[in-house]
This record gives sequence, C-alpha cells and structure tokens, in this order.
Amino acid sequence: MASVSVRAGGGGGRGLLARPTATDGFWSWFTTVDHKKIGILYGITSFAFFIVGGSEALLIRLQLARPDQNILKPSVYNEIFTMHGITMVFLVVMPLSAAFINYLVPLMIGARDVAFPRLNAFSYWVFLAGGLFIYSSWFLGGAPNGGWFGYAPNSVVDPSRGMTFYAIGLIITGIASTVSAVNLAVTILNMRAPGMTLFRMPVFVWMSLVVQLLLAFSLPIITVGLVELLFDRRFGTHFFDPAAGGDPVLWQHLFWLFGHPEVYILVLPAMGIVSEILPVFSRKPLFGYQFVVFSGIAIGFIGFGVWAHHMFAVGLGPVANTAFGISTMIIGVPTGVKIFNWLGTMWKGDIRFTTPMLFAVGFVAMFVIGGLSGVTHAVVPADYQQTDTYYIVAHFHYVLFGGAIFGLFGGMYYWWPKVFGRMLNEKVGKLHFWMMLIGFNLTFGPMHILGLQGMPRRIQSYPASLGLDFWNLVSSIGAFTIALSVLIFIVNAVSSFRKPKGMEADPWDARTLEWSTSSPPPEYNFEEVPVVHSLDELWRRKYAETEGGRVVPVVAGGSGTQEHLVESPRHGGGHGIHLPGPSYFPVLASIGFPVLGYGIIFSWPLAVAGVVVLLTGLYGWALEPSAE
Amino acid sequence: MASDIARPAGTHGVQIEHPATSTGLPNMKLAMWLFLASDCLLFGALISTYVLYRGSSVVGPYPSDVFDIPYTSVSSFVLLASSLTMVLALAAIQRGDQGRMRIWLLATAMLGMTFVGGQVYEFTTFFKHDHLSLTTNLFGTTFYVLTGFHGTHVAIGILMLLSVFGLSLGGRITQDKAETVELIGLYWHFVDIVWIVIFTVVYLIPTGK
Amino acid sequence: MRKKTRLLLGAGALLLIAAACAPNATQSSLDPQGPYARKSYDLFVPVFWVAVTIFVLVEGALLLIAIKYRHRKGRDKIPPQIHGNTRLEIAWTILPALILAGVAVPTVTTIFDLARKPAGEVMNVHVLGHQWWWEFDYPDQQIITANEMHIPTGIPIYVTLCSVGSGYQQGIGAPSDCQPGPPDGQPPAAVGNAVIHSFWVPELAGTQDVVPGRANTLLLQADHPGTYTGQCKEFCGLSHAYMKFTVVSQTPDDFAAWVRGQQADATAPTTGSLAATGMNEFVNGACIACHAIQGVEDPNGNPLVQNGGPNLTHFASRSCFAGCMMPTNEENLKKWLDDPPAVKAGSWMPDYGLTPQQIDALAAYLLTLT
Repeated sequence: MASVSVRAGGGGGRGLLARPTATDGFWSWFTTVDHKKIGILYGITSFAFFIVGGSEALLIRLQLARPDQNILKPSVYNEIFTMHGITMVFLVVMPLSAAFINYLVPLMIGARDVAFPRLNAFSYWVFLAGGLFIYSSWFLGGAPNGGWFGYAPNSVVDPSRGMTFYAIGLIITGIASTVSAVNLAVTILNMRAPGMTLFRMPVFVWMSLVVQLLLAFSLPIITVGLVELLFDRRFGTHFFDPAAGGDPVLWQHLFWLFGHPEVYILVLPAMGIVSEILPVFSRKPLFGYQFVVFSGIAIGFIGFGVWAHHMFAVGLGPVANTAFGISTMIIGVPTGVKIFNWLGTMWKGDIRFTTPMLFAVGFVAMFVIGGLSGVTHAVVPADYQQTDTYYIVAHFHYVLFGGAIFGLFGGMYYWWPKVFGRMLNEKVGKLHFWMMLIGFNLTFGPMHILGLQGMPRRIQSYPASLGLDFWNLVSSIGAFTIALSVLIFIVNAVSSFRKPKGMEADPWDARTLEWSTSSPPPEYNFEEVPVVHSLDELWRRKYAETEGGRVVPVVAGGSGTQEHLVESPRHGGGHGIHLPGPSYFPVLASIGFPVLGYGIIFSWPLAVAGVVVLLTGLYGWALEPSAE
Repeated sequence: MASDIARPAGTHGVQIEHPATSTGLPNMKLAMWLFLASDCLLFGALISTYVLYRGSSVVGPYPSDVFDIPYTSVSSFVLLASSLTMVLALAAIQRGDQGRMRIWLLATAMLGMTFVGGQVYEFTTFFKHDHLSLTTNLFGTTFYVLTGFHGTHVAIGILMLLSVFGLSLGGRITQDKAETVELIGLYWHFVDIVWIVIFTVVYLIPTGK
Repeated sequence: MRKKTRLLLGAGALLLIAAACAPNATQSSLDPQGPYARKSYDLFVPVFWVAVTIFVLVEGALLLIAIKYRHRKGRDKIPPQIHGNTRLEIAWTILPALILAGVAVPTVTTIFDLARKPAGEVMNVHVLGHQWWWEFDYPDQQIITANEMHIPTGIPIYVTLCSVGSGYQQGIGAPSDCQPGPPDGQPPAAVGNAVIHSFWVPELAGTQDVVPGRANTLLLQADHPGTYTGQCKEFCGLSHAYMKFTVVSQTPDDFAAWVRGQQADATAPTTGSLAATGMNEFVNGACIACHAIQGVEDPNGNPLVQNGGPNLTHFASRSCFAGCMMPTNEENLKKWLDDPPAVKAGSWMPDYGLTPQQIDALAAYLLTLT
C-alpha cells in the first residue's frame, strides 16, 4: 500500500532498488516500516543510550563524591555533564517515550499502522544518525562542553569542536522528532477505528497527541537557535556576539521557548502511561477522564508561556519576572489536578501492587515532590537563591527521573508481555523498584539541601570548607544504588527471553484495545479493525454494570484470560491484509544527514555528498513501487 | 494496492480514493498543514531575530544603504504571480487536463526560479558593491540568514514542482493524483505568504539607519 | 512495604530540617546575613512549609489509599466503577489556585522591592566578571581590586555587574565605568570574548547574572562585620568551579581604613632585598603586559596599564587569589607562578617558564604589596 502516495509514482513504475521483502531476520530490522518493530528499535536504542548517559552520571557522582577531587579534570568534567544532559533528554527520555508512542498508539486506536510507515522508519533512522553523530564527537576533537543548554557566548567562543557537533546533532534529532510528530499527530487524528472518538481515546493517546503538537511547535524555535549558533561558530556571524550589538540573551529565549515545552514533552508520555496503569491495577476507570485530558492540554498550552522562569536572574526586569512567576504558578494548577485524579482513581479501588503499579504509584509520589519544589521556584525572589544550584538539579530530577523514568519503567513492566509475549519476573521487578526508589531518593533528595546550602551546578569540584561533603557522599552512594537497580532490570529483561513465548492476550485484565489482540500482536495488529463503543472499550466488552453499580463479567470467567475476546484468526492469519512493504530508502536517506553534518564541519565536498545521499534516498523513496 | 479489505477509518489508505479518515481530511493534507504550522514557527523565530536586531548593527552598511526597493518589489511580484500559476496548474489537473497542468507547473517553477535568481543577484550586489557579507554586521547576519532560509524554501519548492513535472511527462500525474499537485500548491502558497511578511518587515518598514 | 516509603519520606523531611541548621555549611542561602538575602529567605521559608504541608497531605492520602484499598486475598469483587466527580474536580482546581494566589502576592511585592534602588545612601561597586575571577571597582573611592570585596556594614551596596573579555583594557588607574557602551550605542570592544557569569553571595543577596553587553544591578548588604564567600553560578567555561570570591564586611570605620590603604600607591620594596629583585623582574618581564600596580612605572617611565589581568597594587592584602582558588601565601603563589594553567584549567595567564630564582623573587615582591 502506498500510503505516502504523494510521492509514489503509481504501481507500474520502477524504483531505484528492488523493494525488500523480508519481514523477519536480522536485516529486516533495517528495512522495516512496521510501527511495532520501529517502536522496539526506539526502545533498544534509547535504553542503550540510557546506559551510556547513566554511566556519565556515575562519573559525575564519582568526581563529586568527595571534596577537592580531580578524578575528572575540568575539561572532561564539562564534556561529561553536557553529554549526560543531552543524552538523557534527547537520546533517552524522548526516544523512549517515542518507543511507547510508536508501539502503542496504533494499537490503542485500532489502526494497522501509523499514517506514514516509511516516514516513521525515516524518523527512527534520522534520530539514530543524530545520536551517533553527537557521540562521534568524542573521537573527532572533543564532545560538547557547554552544557545541554549551550548558553551563548560561552558556546560560541569555546575553541573546541564540541558545540558545533551539539548544534548540528540536535538539528538532526530535531528533524527526526518533527517528522515523527507530524506523522503521529496525523495518525491519532486520522486513523482512529470506527467509533473511536477523541473522547474515547485512552489518556496515553491524548498525551501523545499533545506531545506531538508541542514538538511540532517548539522544535522549529530551537532549530532556529541552533542554526544561529552554528552560523556564529562556523561562519562568524554575530547573532550572539555582544561586541557587534548582538544579545546573548536571545539564545536563552530561543532555547527556553523550546526548552520548557520540552519538559512537558518529556513528562506527558509518562503521565499518559501512569494514567493507563493506575486504572487497570485499581480495577476502576480513570477518575475524571476529561479533567485529566483537559489538564494535559492546558499544560501543553501554558507550557509555552513560562519559559522565562529559567531566566529570573538574567535581568529581564521585575515586570517580566512577575509575569513569568505567575504563569509558572498557574501551570501548577492543572498539574495538581492530575495528581488528585490519580489519587481518586486508586480511591475505593481493589489495588494490586504489581511491578507496573509500584512504578506508577512511585511516579505519583515522586512527581509530587518535583511539583512542589517547582512551585518554590515560581517564588521569584526565592529562585534568585535557588537558580543554578543543586536545588534545581534535585527538582528536575524529581520531575524527569522520579517522573518520566519511573513512568517509563512502569510502562515497560506493563506492556512487556504485550510486546514480547513474555512476562518480566515480578519478584525481581519489585526488587528493581524498591532499589531504584531508595537509590533515587538518596541521590536526589540530598541535592535539595546541597543547593540551598550553596552548591552551584556544573562545578567540577567543591572545597571541603563549604561543608558539603556529607550530602554529596550520600548522593553518590545513591547513584550507584540506582545503577545496581538498572542492572537488576537488565537481568530481568534478558532472562525473560528464556521463557517460552506465549503470553495470553490480556494478562492484566486491562481496559484498552491493545490488550484485545494477541501478545505479541500480529504484524497487522487486528484481524478485523475493531469497532469502538466506549471509553475503556476492552473492559466494556468484558464487564457490565448492574443498575446498582455492581460489576459483573459479561461472560463466565470474568477477569483474567479472555481468549474469546481476542479475535481468532478467521481469515487464516491475516491473509489478504495489505501492509506497507519494507523499504531501504528511509535508512539510506537518513545517512545523508550526518554526512552533511560532517561536511559542514570538515569539508564542503563531503557536505555535497551528504545532500546527494539524502536526495537519492528521497527520490528513490518517492519512486519506489509498492510491494505488490 | 488499493484493495484494503477493511476499508473503515482505521486503515491507512491510498489517497486517490480519499478513504474515510477520522477527520475526513486526507492524511497527506493534514500532514502538510501540520508541517506548515510548524514551519510558521521557524520563520517566526527567524523574523523575530531580525526584528529584535533591527537597528542594532554597530557598523554599516545599513538597510537603507543597500536596499533597492523597486527591484525587490518586482521580484516579489514575480513570486506572487507564481501563486496564480500554481492555482491554474491545480485547476487544470482537477479537470484532468495534464497538458495545461504541465504548462502551469513549469510556469510556476520558472517564476520561482526568476525570484531565486533575483535573490542571488541581489545578494551578489550587496556583497560585491555594498560590501555587506554575512559577517559584516548584525544586519548582514540576520538579513542573509532570514532571506536565505526563505530562498532555500523556494528552491525546495521548485525542486518539487520540477519533480512533479517530470513525473507528469511519464504520465504518472493523472487526475486522481491531483492531491499531489494540491499539496505542493499548499507549500508554495505558504512560502509566498511568508515572503509577503518578510518583504514588509525587512524591506518596507524603515529602520532609521 | 509502604512502610519503607513512609520511613523514607519521614526521614527525608527530618533531614531537610536538620540540614537547615547544619552549622558547617559556610555558603548557605539558609543563613541570611543581611536584609536583601533575608527577603528571599523570608519568602522561601513560609512557602517551604506550605509545600511541606501539601506534601504530607498528598503523600499521606496516597499511603492511606494504598493501604486501605490494597487487594486482599479472596476478594474477587470488582469495585464500583466511579468515573469522577465534578464538584471534587472543581474543588481541587480552585483550592491550589487559591493557595498559589496567596503565595503570589508576597512574591510580587518582594520582586519589586528587590528591584528598587533604595532612596537613602548607597555605596556603588562595579563588579566585573572575567574568565575566571572577579574584579571589584569602587568608582567613588577610586579603588580597583580583585577576588576580595570589602563593604561597610549598615548601608546597601548597589552593585553594577559587567562581563568583560580577555581584551579588556582599563583606563589608567580609573575604575571601570561598567556600562554596556557609550550612549552612541557602540559597545566596548572589551566584551569581545566575554561570557555570561552569575554573581552570588548567598548569605548577602540572591543571584544576578553578569551578561556581556548588559549592566545588571543587584543590592546587597551585611548586618554585621564578617566574611562571606560567593562564587560564579552560571557555567562559564573550563574553570567555572574556581571563579569564587570573598566579601568582607566591616564596620564603617574599619572600612574607611581599608579604603585609605587601598587608595595608597604600592609600597616600594627595600633596595637590595629579594623583593626589589622581584619588582625588577615584574617591571622588565611579561607581567606588565596584563597587570598594573599603582605607583610603579614601566621601563619607559609610564604608569602600568591593566590589560585583562587583576590589578595587583594591594595583592597581599587579599586573603585569596586566582579567583579565590587558593589562599594567598608563598607556597601557593610559587606554585601558581610556576605554571598557572596547571593549577587552574584554562587560565589566561600562561606558563612563562620562569626560573625558580625568578619565582622566588616575584613571590617575595608580590607578598610585600599589602
């Protein structure tokens, strides 16, 4: 099926390359356009980057474990903390969320794939290319060293090549995210199964939609900032050059106009995941579904109006500081609404503390802390003290680790049986959760104190005389506890593959459509496209409510296995369903970007080669004949 | 390839039939609108940069030293005229008139190329005659990057127009593929509208210096 | 198993309180020593307790719900499907909004309070952020010093903050005017490779960024005589961690005495002493390319011009040097003179390959500059 038909030349044409046909085996992963496989690719890649970014965090904590240490010299330390930030934001939480969104959204809305399958593959490969491009800087003259926030003019005047890699690399991953945002937004808006109205969509799908729109509208802004930074560094322009009349603060506006929506891009998918997990294990619908949805939308909107709260100390003046302080307080309201609704979901439930549920509850508990410390930043004069200290580091790790990462791990435990057809071990999972929770609080809890006691961020070392040793040591011990818990997860994940495949379709007695198809789902997702009648469609198929509000199973057996609800293959395993064929071109075209990037840094002929590769890929793609 | 067994909204379909998507809009068109909305912010940020730095250059040449408003007005008119030919191309293919469509597509591309050519000439004049380069001052920096970005957009549009023109010669753009032309048209009109904003902000609003 | 969480949270709260009174933190925003720092602190503390209250309520509710509604063996009844409650939703939308409105009022008044230049007497200090050390210029007293900032107690200090690059050249003996540029809009070439710093003495005031091309201001004041440490808070490159300074607050009399001392020319070393040899090395060597000492002339008889490096006129009167990376003493000074970049990464002062004899002499001379 030529879903990208605008470029498709029609069935009769000949492409540059014969279209690949294999849908399994090692090489099929390079040409796949199946949203589930691409989701898994995103997951594996971002987890690999998680290990790398986590190792960088351990190096940071090693260096800061004791005062006056010099395990990492300043130049290396600066590269490490910069790469830690870039990695965790752009190469871990964003793509790990993308893994869930890619895999689950079509299943949850009853679609067979995303709107543009090849474009989806392209997004993944461009993201991977961008990530590898940034990391290749370690071997090509030094990694980025100006912080993930890359404040000009420091990021411009730095003589090493790192920040050029930063600018180009983030433009590349930004292209990947923009393309994917358009694709997924169209998927959610346009590909819903019959009856799947917007307000019957699972909250995770809603949050995914908000995130795609945030990406589509915030990424262009940072792209312009990065282009200006790149031009300043590479071509000697004056965007952020105060000597020529430029204003370094412009960079900060462009960066945070993207950077703050980015925070919600990172955390909303996890909020969506938690909104799926809590109802299932409380055996109750989400409390106040519409309020949760609207608060998510509100967060998305207001998220564009709070950026300057990252800049209270810049000197924007009392009027601007007041405005942004108040808008920041306002965004606390919809966030609070979500928390209360999650509590309401658990209230009067029948709560089963499985591993995914533990992570979801852990998310709520930790996110409350991050939210409350966030409110203290909105108190501008207090923020004059807190800004750029470890108090901030504590705050955003409670949001992005205690929040996003906990939610994403919960999602992994929850959907693992769906994706791989095997359960993760519950006991090991619980050990993982508790170690991670304790390690996390040991690491980041003390940072609140350190920040208030005068420890600035991004310092390579601190003297013993500041009296900060104890909490720094505690924090470092905590970091290694987290590392151990991640190791436990890896063991759990790997050993899950030693179990035989063959998980039932709906092991958790869940509520949404992805659990109505087999585990793992067939390539075509659903034998027949489901027709949706209500929110929590699958649950409605399984249970009915009496007039007195008592819940009774629709069929004998009630909870647990619902084999009969899984569409049995009536057409002999999906024959006759036409799926988009695999393609070489997304991966080919994606290679053009890093080549162009190296070209801009090292040699113009290489840049031209990059453009040629890109165009070849795109034209081959446009002219590619359909699979049949 | 268009033989989806399950025709309802949940399947992604081939555009030629305009399958019943949930919103009723074809996927590609919705995608193009989203992309253009996103692109709006790209130009928004670039134009904001230009406006913020208006009059901030510490050395010349300044805008009033280099701009030739009548010249750029003419090339702007050429670009705007290309929107008209674009509309005509779409109308032609919607009628199924491939020959007319090819003519109008080519005309649109030509007008676009005239505009880009004019821009190249303008840049060259500024550079050689007025000694305004990318690095001379903030004006040079912001002017070349903003108009250069726009020029690149036009160039990409021309590439797409010529590609469709080429495909059409091979008989691949038939009446049922009118949406392809419509999508490029959307992009092309967007680029034109952005130019109206840029032309007004950069050329017409005086800076004083 | 929820007990663990409860224990952890309880312990966390206790620790936070304990930390607030930790006596050994010497650069703590929780220990304000002047009215401006106290304004931030006085706002933070009540908001902190409001947050703690909400924290206890929400986490407490979470725990209670988790315990009370946990699945019990043998229970197979599915709970009633409650979809929501509009009244509750409205309540928990409005309640936080009201609390936040309550927080917003003092926040806004304090923002404007802190931004207002006080009507009464203030003392002006121009603070110049270099990579990676702080210069303190007193325009009214005509003093230029570095790393150690002296202030009198009892009056507000009105600090103007400027960031300057390595090419910054100062007028002879004149403190910087610390303006982003002359009125005609020409910014000084001095901002060439300047980067953003952030000025922070937590015990005396909140943070203010030091942005090239801008002149931000900040008020600070100390209640009592004492010594307070501060450091750069905005990442500014290689030795960001080593861009520190000390603020010494003194009684007005002591401060006046310090001013007189700083205004004086540098003391000339006794002829024939090692220090005299050092002065000779200083004047005839590379030192004068960047450093000035008031009262000393170059071989051509011209006064020394400060050109990027700290003014050393009263070097030995300062407790620390090299961005307060080290206390001022002979050992540290010799280590520094031997190879500055080895001591401080990225130091703009290069290794001049001085001989041990030259180092001894220079150190001896510099330590006479009280």
